[in-house]
Amino acid sequence: MSKLFPKSANKLPLQIIVYLVVLAGVVTAGATYYMTPKYTRVGYAPVQPVPYSHALHAGQLGIDCRYCHSNVEKSGVANLPTSQTCMNCHNQVKKDSPLLAVVRHSYETGEAVPWVKVHQTPDYVYFNHAIHVNRGVSCVECHGKINEMEVVTHAQPLSMGFCLDCHRNPAPRVREPGDVFNLDSATIAQKSGLEAAHKFLKDRNIKPPQSCSGCHR
Amino acid sequence: MAHVEQAALPAILGEVKPAVFPRATLVAHNRSFSWITDKICGIIEGKTPTWWWWCFGVACFVASFTVAGLTYLVATGVGVWGHANPVNWAWDIVNFVFWIGIGHAGTLISAILCLLRQKWRTSINRAAEAMTIFAVVCAAIFPVFHVGRIWYAWFLFPIPNYNNIWQNFRSPLEWDVFAVSTYGTVSVLFWYIGLIPDLAVLRDRFQAAGNKVRSFLYGLFAMGWRGSNRHWSNYEMAYLILAGVSTPLVLSVHTIVSFDFAVSLLPGWHTTIFPPYFVAGAIFSGFGMVLTLMLPLRAVYHLEDLITQYHIDCMCKITLATGTIVGYAYAMEFFIAWYGANPNEGFTFVNRAFGLYAWAYWIMISCNVITPQFFWFKAVRENTTMVWVLSIFVNVGMWFERFVIIVTSLARDFLPSSWGYYSPSIVEIFTFFGTFGVFSVLFLLFIRFLPIMPMAELKAVTPQANVHGDHDDHH
Repeated sequence: MSKLFPKSANKLPLQIIVYLVVLAGVVTAGATYYMTPKYTRVGYAPVQPVPYSHALHAGQLGIDCRYCHSNVEKSGVANLPTSQTCMNCHNQVKKDSPLLAVVRHSYETGEAVPWVKVHQTPDYVYFNHAIHVNRGVSCVECHGKINEMEVVTHAQPLSMGFCLDCHRNPAPRVREPGDVFNLDSATIAQKSGLEAAHKFLKDRNIKPPQSCSGCHR
Repeated sequence: MAHVEQAALPAILGEVKPAVFPRATLVAHNRSFSWITDKICGIIEGKTPTWWWWCFGVACFVASFTVAGLTYLVATGVGVWGHANPVNWAWDIVNFVFWIGIGHAGTLISAILCLLRQKWRTSINRAAEAMTIFAVVCAAIFPVFHVGRIWYAWFLFPIPNYNNIWQNFRSPLEWDVFAVSTYGTVSVLFWYIGLIPDLAVLRDRFQAAGNKVRSFLYGLFAMGWRGSNRHWSNYEMAYLILAGVSTPLVLSVHTIVSFDFAVSLLPGWHTTIFPPYFVAGAIFSGFGMVLTLMLPLRAVYHLEDLITQYHIDCMCKITLATGTIVGYAYAMEFFIAWYGANPNEGFTFVNRAFGLYAWAYWIMISCNVITPQFFWFKAVRENTTMVWVLSIFVNVGMWFERFVIIVTSLARDFLPSSWGYYSPSIVEIFTFFGTFGVFSVLFLLFIRFLPIMPMAELKAVTPQANVHGDHDDHH
């Protein structure tokens, strides 16, 4: 009977195994790099209806975060300012700038400025801004150096792993309450050492939840 | 005493004849080796029978119900199943345990009966192993889709991920993941190793017949088998090792499945009898399914010489033994509920037999405890139709067993204010009904394209393979 397979077919099983191992490695590496929030989320900077610069307002002019995001210490949601807030200044400053046409339109008609949301936690995650900023977690920890951004950019992955890194070990990341809205400030650990940071956590009974139901309610 | 002479032996010894216990003939009518090869290969080589196409069509249609049910579930959410507080586990896990249990006969036949040198296993082990694999496929559907967002099903495995979450290794559900995936893997390996020599036979026969495509495909999976002495020696060793590896699996898989319940604190679940009781039930249901599948197969392909009455007897007796163990376990649960004097436990069992789900309980008792008792009678075991009908009752009964255990305990838990009554949604009914189609499609493909019995091993148990004769002329 004639041969069905050439002699090289003897090596086929080994070749297939090696191929599958390499393939599994490449797929794992590729998925880890390209399909995780570090790649898919970080760097997201959509075009906004108004070319509002945080670098100018919060950085150069030093306007406090809470001037616009006024409910962040009281509410779970850090609100976006209404166009009335913008117009507090802009009815005097650059009142005819074409860049502010959308804001003026909103102010006159009452329609909201169609800002594009950059930081989005999923519906199944309960995230409360107030509890974080009141317990010494600065804006900069999750949003990055907003005060240096011309266009708001997604700076951190905001993945579950990112949240848990801090919930499991908050000491290096907490700030004095007075420093929370100063994005250039140093953490307690940087100022006075990790000991002080642990004392801060202990004194204020800060115990970030690590159970599922802490965030997935 | 070593010096006692021949003449000194009492004369009576000359008249003593050793008792004769003839071994059952495993291949009837003294069939030759080539007859066996032709018979088994003929099933594959022959034209596809019309009945096969009809069955295949019906099976595909039934399977489409599972596809429809699952598609709707994925598109909508797990809420489309009828689970609601307090019955948060119902048909999904009932069906999972039902299908996983069915697979157990295959592992028992391939592993434990192999180690115990029960030679009658050779006629049924290939089909039973195939049944195991297909049953695991059907079983896996339910927990995998119960996770809801199916594309995250890989969270079940401990793979490092950007969520920084890790599996809860204290949970029996996680043990289940490993138990079932190991079980599936070992079953596939066992089945495939056993297939290799037979695939080589088919390769050679198709090549001789000039069918290049099929000889190539069978040849690919025969992995260059030439039937040399070294091949056989490696094969036997691999088979033995796999039998050893799978033996603990026969017991462990359903033990761990039973832990899903036994490790909880719910009355009716929290009992130490669960592991042996579940294992016995699994083997019981598995042999029920083997009988359900093999008897029609035997009739359609005229395999009476290979699956003899002796084989059917053996399977019926195992069904009887395991069914009786299950019946004992039912009785013992009630005894312990009374003897343990725990009011919650006592209530649970009274409620099981006489509560809202009493109808399910009594279906279970009649199918699982009464049905197998018929197998005491030789006349029943020899009536193939009767055996087949009883095997169907076994399958029905074992499904109801899981339903009774899971749903009655949850529907009446500690807190009377949250008591409820569970009924399945149409989506659940579709999904479960369809799994019989999925199973049948796979099994029909198996009998059409793969040898349903291990040819070489069958030849080894024929009378003519016994080169020493039958020792009648020993003295």
